[in-house]
Amino acid sequence: MPRTLRVLVAKLGLDAHTIGVTVLARALRDAGMEVIYSGLRQTPEMVANTAIQEDVDVVGLSSLSGAHMKHFPQVVELLAAKGAGEKLVIGGGVIPDEDVSALKEKGMAEIFTMGTDTRDVVKYLDTWWADGDGAP
Amino acid sequence: MKSARALADAALARDILAGARIIRLLDDRDEHGIEALAHLYPSSGRAYVLGVTGPPGAGKSTLVSKLIGALRKRDLTVGVLAIDPTSPFSGGAILGDRVRMQEHATDEGAFIRSMATRGQLGGLSRSTFEASAVLDAMGFDVVLVETVGVGQDELDVVELAHTTVVVSVPGLGDGIQAMKAGILEVGDVHVINKSDLPGADELERQLHVMLETEAHREGAWKPRLLRTVAEKGEGVEELVDGCFAHREHLQATGEDERVAARRAEHFFLEILRDEVSARILAFARGDAAGAALLEDVRARRRDPYAAAAALLDAFEANPQTKR
Repeated sequence: MPRTLRVLVAKLGLDAHTIGVTVLARALRDAGMEVIYSGLRQTPEMVANTAIQEDVDVVGLSSLSGAHMKHFPQVVELLAAKGAGEKLVIGGGVIPDEDVSALKEKGMAEIFTMGTDTRDVVKYLDTWWADGDGAP
Repeated sequence: MKSARALADAALARDILAGARIIRLLDDRDEHGIEALAHLYPSSGRAYVLGVTGPPGAGKSTLVSKLIGALRKRDLTVGVLAIDPTSPFSGGAILGDRVRMQEHATDEGAFIRSMATRGQLGGLSRSTFEASAVLDAMGFDVVLVETVGVGQDELDVVELAHTTVVVSVPGLGDGIQAMKAGILEVGDVHVINKSDLPGADELERQLHVMLETEAHREGAWKPRLLRTVAEKGEGVEELVDGCFAHREHLQATGEDERVAARRAEHFFLEILRDEVSARILAFARGDAAGAALLEDVRARRRDPYAAAAALLDAFEANPQTKR
């Protein structure tokens, strides 16, 4: 039986923009994934613990408030410190191009900036999953 | 990956990573998960399993979050299984129950897990029983199970839980009438949530009449009727007291042993049914006679009962299916 891909979609920090994550969550669901949504105003600690309790394969972080440089890498570090460094961490939102490579250096697998087609995210995850990177 | 044995040992020492992984493996029907469960199962059976059910929008998740807080204040550790539906079209799901529970995300004594039904129809997910056994064996004092939003007939939670809390809300009108023959019959504790809304008094009268006119055996538990406003935390302590009163009743009357026996039987038979049908279906798919029988049914040369009986005869006669 094929494993079902599980994805946590989390909003970090003081940011009440939910349309992006809602649209993404539905696109991932329609692609056959189980999407855990944990709501607004999450701290990196909450996100890391949630990812572990839910045993997701992928953590998708959203930030539209400009705090991504601080918060995104914290999630990566916390996951590694808690023994869950194998989870794929991706990010999205209002993220200037010059920040993208810095975030990738800090362990973010991919950054999807404003205007990304949700189908591209689905395709990216499907490819990652099919390549076997997500094997437990 | 760690061996099933190592995962199980870590889970018994309440390693959250290991417990979460075993639940995942079981949900994916992975043999490592089944092997880990074999190691864990003897250590399960100690937790108090509390089911929370009710229609969509009744405030179950908010109520569960408040219950977690109240139980943690009583120094009890809590495992939570929150079930949401799987899309029948894509097989995917959006699991949003824990949005209401995130205040507990950094509490080491609370483990919250969202589960998708994955085709199960009774209000629980395909592997809620297994996940509950894992949390139980990990040593969580209470396992809280929140069903999907239910209608009349999704009653599997009763087979799993020691105590079933049925949540109603004002304003459903005839919805309550419709529920009377279903989930309202199985509540050990009834909660009118959002009881500050108009219609709460009328709902309380209706439920009161229903509970009072229910045939009542001497010495049997009399379901309680309580009011909560989960959003404000009102009535939550009384709800916890009501649940524990039911648990004490179960223990005092020896009924808890019958609950345990009934649960074991229910899930044993359910798993047996799954395994038997999977084996027979695999045989039917791999056997030319199976395809021929299906074609007979489609062409109305044979009725479905006769075709099923013929297939079972073939299954029993096949030396390869004998073990």
